[in-house]
Amino acid sequence: MATVELRFSALPEHVRTARLVAAAVARRAGVDDAVLDEVRLAVGEACSRAVGLHTGQGLDTPVRVSLTEDEKVFRIEVGDDVPQGARGAARTSPEGADGVEGDDEVDMGLAVISGLVDDVEVTADERGGLIRMSWPTNPEPLD
Amino acid sequence: MDLSLSTRTVGDRTIVSVGGEIDVYTAPKLREQLVELVNDGSYHLVVDMEGVDFLDSTGLGVLVGGLKRVRAHEGSLRLVCNQERILKIFRITGLTKVFPIHTSVDEAVAATD
Repeated sequence: MATVELRFSALPEHVRTARLVAAAVARRAGVDDAVLDEVRLAVGEACSRAVGLHTGQGLDTPVRVSLTEDEKVFRIEVGDDVPQGARGAARTSPEGADGVEGDDEVDMGLAVISGLVDDVEVTADERGGLIRMSWPTNPEPLD
Repeated sequence: MDLSLSTRTVGDRTIVSVGGEIDVYTAPKLREQLVELVNDGSYHLVVDMEGVDFLDSTGLGVLVGGLKRVRAHEGSLRLVCNQERILKIFRITGLTKVFPIHTSVDEAVAATD
């Protein structure tokens, strides 16, 4: 079972909450302070992407985030409910419908995650998508 | 922390000072500001990001959109940023090759190429 699980309505205003919670749990799990900014950014990107996918498909189901503290690793999973076949039509930015920004951001979000996180896996099937990321933790977790 | 925006002009340059967090929630505010400036005829923009605590790809997308808009009017969009954690995001995405990034507003205002 995950150390902390979070479900939030697929709205942009909740992504910041997910970032704050993830960073707090990561810090407690013993992720190096120097890497916390990367955790915050990566989970924010994954959640923004999920929110955009849900919004683009008109889904009212929540975005799921699980934060798991293992012995030597801290894992984050961000799940969405947009099936593989429908993902191409989704956008990350519902307000960005002016033709200038938009579709590019889907790839830019993944580019940021891939650039930040060494251990990352992006999958999607008929039930939805999942981004799995992990970071090493210090042997002695912080209080 | 929410997003704060303020603008001022120096010669033919418009300085947009941004503070707080630029993410999927706040980026539309920045987009609106940039669109409004360009619609009002400000085509040489300097976005001062020294007060930015957080920037994600949505924010990058808005800056790229702003750059496209000013370039359509043969204008420019320069960034001011000294924060390593923000600069890293531009490097990861290859956008350091797209945006002129300066260490101070004065330097950005003085730049001509």
